[in-house]
Amino acid sequence: MVPLNWYLTVAALLFALGLYGALARRNAIAVLMGIELMLNAANLNLVAFWRYGEQVMALTGQVFAILIIALAAAEAAVGLALIIAVYRDRRTVDVEELDLLQG
Amino acid sequence: MEGIFNLAWVVPIPPFLAFVAIVLFLHPNKRGSALTAIVAVAVSFLLGWGIAFGAFLAKELGLHPVDGELYAIPTGIQELAIGFTVDPANALMLFMVPFLLLMIFIYSSGYMTYPGHLPPSYDPVAYRQGKDPRYSRFFAYISLFATGMLGLVIANNLLMFFVFWEIMGLCSYLLIGFWFEKESAKRAAVKAFITTRIGDALMLIGLILLYIRSEPSTLRFSELFTQANLEQLANTTANLPILGPVPWIALIAVLLFFGTVGKSSQFPLHVWLPDAMEGPTPVSALIHAATMVSAGVFLLIRMFPIYAYAGEVSASSLQFVAFIGAFTALFAATIAVAQWDIKRVLAYSTISQLGYMVAAVGIGAYVAALFHLLTHAFFKALLFLGSGSVIHGVEHGFHHAHGHGNDPEHPEPGSAARVEREDGVLDPEDPQDMRNMGGLLQRMPRTAWTFIIGGLALSGFPIVTSGFWSKDEILASAWDLGRTGVFWTLALAAFLTAFYTMRQIGLTFLGQPRSEGARHAPESVPSMTVPLLLISVFAVGAGWAGIPEKFPVLGGIVPNFIEHFLEPFLEYMNVHPYAPQFHWTPLLVSFGVALGGLAVGYAVYGRGLAPGQIDPLARLLGPLWQLWHRKYFIDELYRDTVVTFTLFLAWLTAKFDRDWVIDWIVNWIGRLAIYLGQGVHTFDAYVVDGLVNAVGWLSDQMGRVVRLLQNGRAQAYLLFGLLVVAIWILLAIMPIVMTLV
Repeated sequence: MVPLNWYLTVAALLFALGLYGALARRNAIAVLMGIELMLNAANLNLVAFWRYGEQVMALTGQVFAILIIALAAAEAAVGLALIIAVYRDRRTVDVEELDLLQG
Repeated sequence: MEGIFNLAWVVPIPPFLAFVAIVLFLHPNKRGSALTAIVAVAVSFLLGWGIAFGAFLAKELGLHPVDGELYAIPTGIQELAIGFTVDPANALMLFMVPFLLLMIFIYSSGYMTYPGHLPPSYDPVAYRQGKDPRYSRFFAYISLFATGMLGLVIANNLLMFFVFWEIMGLCSYLLIGFWFEKESAKRAAVKAFITTRIGDALMLIGLILLYIRSEPSTLRFSELFTQANLEQLANTTANLPILGPVPWIALIAVLLFFGTVGKSSQFPLHVWLPDAMEGPTPVSALIHAATMVSAGVFLLIRMFPIYAYAGEVSASSLQFVAFIGAFTALFAATIAVAQWDIKRVLAYSTISQLGYMVAAVGIGAYVAALFHLLTHAFFKALLFLGSGSVIHGVEHGFHHAHGHGNDPEHPEPGSAARVEREDGVLDPEDPQDMRNMGGLLQRMPRTAWTFIIGGLALSGFPIVTSGFWSKDEILASAWDLGRTGVFWTLALAAFLTAFYTMRQIGLTFLGQPRSEGARHAPESVPSMTVPLLLISVFAVGAGWAGIPEKFPVLGGIVPNFIEHFLEPFLEYMNVHPYAPQFHWTPLLVSFGVALGGLAVGYAVYGRGLAPGQIDPLARLLGPLWQLWHRKYFIDELYRDTVVTFTLFLAWLTAKFDRDWVIDWIVNWIGRLAIYLGQGVHTFDAYVVDGLVNAVGWLSDQMGRVVRLLQNGRAQAYLLFGLLVVAIWILLAIMPIVMTLV
């Protein structure tokens, strides 16, 4: 059986990738994708800890992961809708340009 | 009967209520004000006489005087007892004072007509009514005055006595200056007030010392005059500068005596009384003859035990009192000889007679002093009211002669040209100048005859009049006690008294009229003449209560009531009663000076003067006449010394205040404050404001820096978040890492 650490390492790498994407990408869609990656990294963790935990029969990790997938879907929908709205207004999805909250 | 004594405290109250009622409500109604005042004083009169006669009939009142306590005002350490007393001394006063008050109130209601010195346009309403513009106010004042006098008479302690004494002082001031449109009246009021203040200040010091030195501390007469306290006061001494050790009792006696000197107008504080004649004549009669001035002598009578003991341990203190009294008696009598103003003659005569009483106390003749106080009050009130009636008549006469003041040549009385004469300046329209009178016996018979009765009483016309008996008592006491200096001084004063009284009667009533005013003078209204008639009864009869028992022929027919009445009271106050032995010398002298003075006076002035004739005495005496006429230049002396010095002092203090020190300091304090303010302002503008601005500027700058962080890029924010979390994790795991290492 693959040790837990391997899962955790993969999840951490995946999270780091997602974080990088969310922070460094200019395209808003890419930022959204980065966020999705981070969410999935968390899912991976949850499922891994459930599988290696003591109450395997309780399916808690799976349920949690499914909930997050549903949430991620909703979030992606809202996020994409926002991006489309921003695009219609500003003709760009470059997050560098979207600095209306500047102090 | 004795129950009425417990009502003695009510006696001063009705006039006070009248005063309040007039001041607050009744003053627009002149007639109502007068009526209220008269009714109030009539109530006091009835009660006062009830108490007085009750006291005359009571057995041994002197040994058991009534001493009632009304109310104790809690003050600091001790309570201040307010109470009343009824004893023989104030019973006699309660016989005299309310009666004269009532007579004078009634007289005033007739006297206070529209005054001649005001033009009718001053107050047309009052002019139509024929009453003084301040008629109501006059009655308010004299009601308050009546409260003061009656309260003083019934007071059972010296402090209350002093309070009422000062109420009278105030009323005196207000009434002397009643016609304050006249500059002279205004000045006279101030003069009276300031002069008496000197005496009162010294009296207050005496009062305070008396309170402090008494054992136990008290001002209540019944507690003051215990044997133990009097001896204690006599045996302890005060160390004074210059004088050396003086018994306290002598010092207190002399200080209290200065109260009398001021109030009873004795030399050297006598100057206010003649000027006080500027007040309306009823005021002169009420205050400056019968009541207030005799309050000064009444103080001596009240404090007599103190004087008796002071005389025993320090004879000079009583000799001082006797000297001042006797000197004033003669001094004022000489001035009275050379006066022209009918009221001023009486004023100096009052000073002189008060001097008699003071001298009587000074030689220890208590009964004689009180007796003369009573008789003098009656006949002097009579004389003053008579002179008021004369003045009124002559004033009306001038008005009549001028067609009621409408004469174009003399629009107002008093505007006529003054005449320089050898015997003094004459205003030919002055209704008070005796040179403008003469022959009034025919014009004003009732006034004239009552005035002559009063005059004879003042001169001491033998046997019949009251003045003879009381004056004789004083002279007899002086002779019997071996005080020949006092005796001859008083005898000479008595001679002059008879002389100037006859002169006054001669100039006023005898001979031919010397002016239009005298020629047309009408008799006064009944409200003025009836009181004159009533008072004249007492001016004659009051003396019969004190005929000495050893007197040839008459002695013993009427018991010597006054002496019998007062003797037990003196014993009660721990003083040996004294009654003079009978001697022929003082009796013959008394006869001689009275009749001699009257005879000389009649010889000189019996037929009056011809119009324009110079006083024969002025020719005869020359410079001495001038000296007397100008009152020994005392006023001028005071003006050049005391007044000038006071004005100089005032000037000096004004300079000190305005130019030299006080204002200079104040101005510099002000300037310093301004400089300080400017300094503070600078500090505020630069340092405080600078700090505040610096704080603002700093915040601004920091904001500028911080705002760079908020660039609106969500990714940048996340990066910060990551950074923070990274640092936090780093810090969290650092210790773990360290342990591993």
